[in-house]
Amino acid sequence: MTFIPVILILSTMFLLSSSRLRTVIGVVAMQGLFLGLLPLLKSLDHLSLSIIILSLSGIIFKGIVLPLLMLKVIKETGIQRDVRPYVSYGASLPAGVLLLAFSAWLTIRMDFPAGTSLLIVTMAMFMMFIGLFLMISRRLAIMQSLAYLVLENGIYALGIGISLEVPLMVELGILLDVFVGVFLMGNLVFHLDREFQHTEVDGFILSDEASEGDSPKL
Amino acid sequence: MTLLLILILLPAVIGVISWFISANKLRRQLWILTAFVHLALSLQAALYPPQVPSSSWIGIDALSVIFLPLTSFLFFIVSVYGSGYVAREPADQGPLPEEEGRLNNTSESVFTGTMLIFLATMSMSILSQHLGMQWMAIEATTLASAPLIYYHRNRNSLAAAWKYLILCSVGIAIALAGIFFLGLGLPAGMQDLTMSALLHNASLLNPRWLELAFILMLVGYGTKMGLAPMHNWLPEAHSEASSPVSALLSGSLLNCAFLGILRIQQLNAAAGKALFGQELLILFGLLSIGVASIFILGQTDYKRMLAYSSVEHMGILALGTGIGGLGALGAILHLINHSVAKTMLFLTAGNIHSRYHTKLASHITGLGKSMPITGFLWLAGFLGVVASPPLGIFISEFTIIRAISSLGMWLVLGLLMLFLTLAFIGMANMFLKMYFGKPDVAVKRENRSGVIPIFILVVILLALGFYVPHWLWQAISNAVQLIEGVKP
Repeated sequence: MTFIPVILILSTMFLLSSSRLRTVIGVVAMQGLFLGLLPLLKSLDHLSLSIIILSLSGIIFKGIVLPLLMLKVIKETGIQRDVRPYVSYGASLPAGVLLLAFSAWLTIRMDFPAGTSLLIVTMAMFMMFIGLFLMISRRLAIMQSLAYLVLENGIYALGIGISLEVPLMVELGILLDVFVGVFLMGNLVFHLDREFQHTEVDGFILSDEASEGDSPKL
Repeated sequence: MTLLLILILLPAVIGVISWFISANKLRRQLWILTAFVHLALSLQAALYPPQVPSSSWIGIDALSVIFLPLTSFLFFIVSVYGSGYVAREPADQGPLPEEEGRLNNTSESVFTGTMLIFLATMSMSILSQHLGMQWMAIEATTLASAPLIYYHRNRNSLAAAWKYLILCSVGIAIALAGIFFLGLGLPAGMQDLTMSALLHNASLLNPRWLELAFILMLVGYGTKMGLAPMHNWLPEAHSEASSPVSALLSGSLLNCAFLGILRIQQLNAAAGKALFGQELLILFGLLSIGVASIFILGQTDYKRMLAYSSVEHMGILALGTGIGGLGALGAILHLINHSVAKTMLFLTAGNIHSRYHTKLASHITGLGKSMPITGFLWLAGFLGVVASPPLGIFISEFTIIRAISSLGMWLVLGLLMLFLTLAFIGMANMFLKMYFGKPDVAVKRENRSGVIPIFILVVILLALGFYVPHWLWQAISNAVQLIEGVKP
């Protein structure tokens, strides 16, 4: 049971040092699979239909469909790796170690009620922080959408860690939102790449002069 | 109950059907018809609120009674305007043009259909009585509106849509973490996140988790509402979207996010921690007004200026709610006024943009002569948005100012007056320069569907300036009671 959080923490740490999009997508897919298994393993002795549905849909959406979609996007746009992130890969790793220590410290300090799985909560916090960190430290739009997925995975794990029972409908709705959100992001990356011939987020210049200054006045 | 479900499902279903209707005229008429039916049903639901069991996830309370008809009415106005707009700026105008202009639009059926789905998600977020479901609905509004922002598929709108989607999704994700932490504060054995259950057990909530939940939800939903310093995406999204969409984003969608904040403030108040939330709301409110007024001052793009003005007015809503009492009454009235005024201004801006094809104010002079009706509406909107009498916003802003001075919060009052003056100077400078002067385009007859809906909004704004009817005050004070923690 404890092996899943450990694997997830290590894989999240690994995300910080990989520039190849294919690798990052693979790791995020693996996280989706393990996170889908987590509620199943956590309540093995009192399995219910809603837990099974939730686990399965999590595995299918986050572990299979979204990663495949992302692979399609990088195949069609020909983007391979984020070569010049804002924070270098060498510096990202120590930052990750610090964030992990901070997550553990925060989890202990926050004084969770008894019955909370501190390991899972630490992992959840760590994934949330890394999601936010990747969001601001990477330059490619598609990396940002993957970072969003990591953040969402972290929040999902938080929900499991504190064992809050949210009705199945709401859980599935949240999952659907994440799915549609990442789907739209993939679609947008595709359009952005066509319009800008690149997808580095600081290169999406919004200038009124460029777009409007030359247009004829009627 | 069925009525409330219809309010959510009707626009969603018709929206999906609209995707597949290829006859333009039929689809546009269906759009207006659906909006009208939705408005009629919303009024029915607001006047005779259907009884729902208290454990239900959807319901209509005193806050929804104000938000729902307002959203539905503005959507109806936008649909009348918008069906003319899509006819004037059609989709699929042949091969891709080289220049980045207004051409190359997404096909119109997708636009209309997504608009209706957007209405469905907004209705759902207003009618949600379960915090998880409300979160889901608010995130769904982001997802439904992002494709609308890049209806004009040019670089600017794509980049704006990207920024909107990423920043709001992250913001709202943080709000979800807040909801989970609130779940930790529930008394033992309780797992229910419906508003009525939470309010009735508010005194048993663990105050520490409630505080954390409030902060995360304020930051999360505040991102979506456009409170500074999380407002970064708003000026771009609201100015790059096509005008009917901008009108809905500013006039209706921001309110839905505000409702998310009001829900958790309801809990704060019921748990006896109203002051904690109010102080933060005052802080974020003042900051937003200040940041917006500075950006309004140096603005060259008129749609962007309207977007910053939305940040300013969202700040005023947060500030008024933070003041509480009379201030909160003013804030809810202000919410109505601002929605009407901003919708009319963005629609008017749409007319101007259709004619001049530029968003730079410096390229436009003599609106009063070149487009007399639109020019007049533009001027009326200016008076509205800077809170000048006799228009409605004056009354609501004055109410909030009176509340602040009666509490003797002179520092807050001083800052507010300073920021409002700055914003006034910036807006007067732009609006008046656009209105007066020599026109450089020929006078052309203005489109009826482009001005009549806006006129209706001006009349409402004017009427609210002279007289706020008793029933409206009653509805507003009922809503304020909820914010102040009264259990439904």
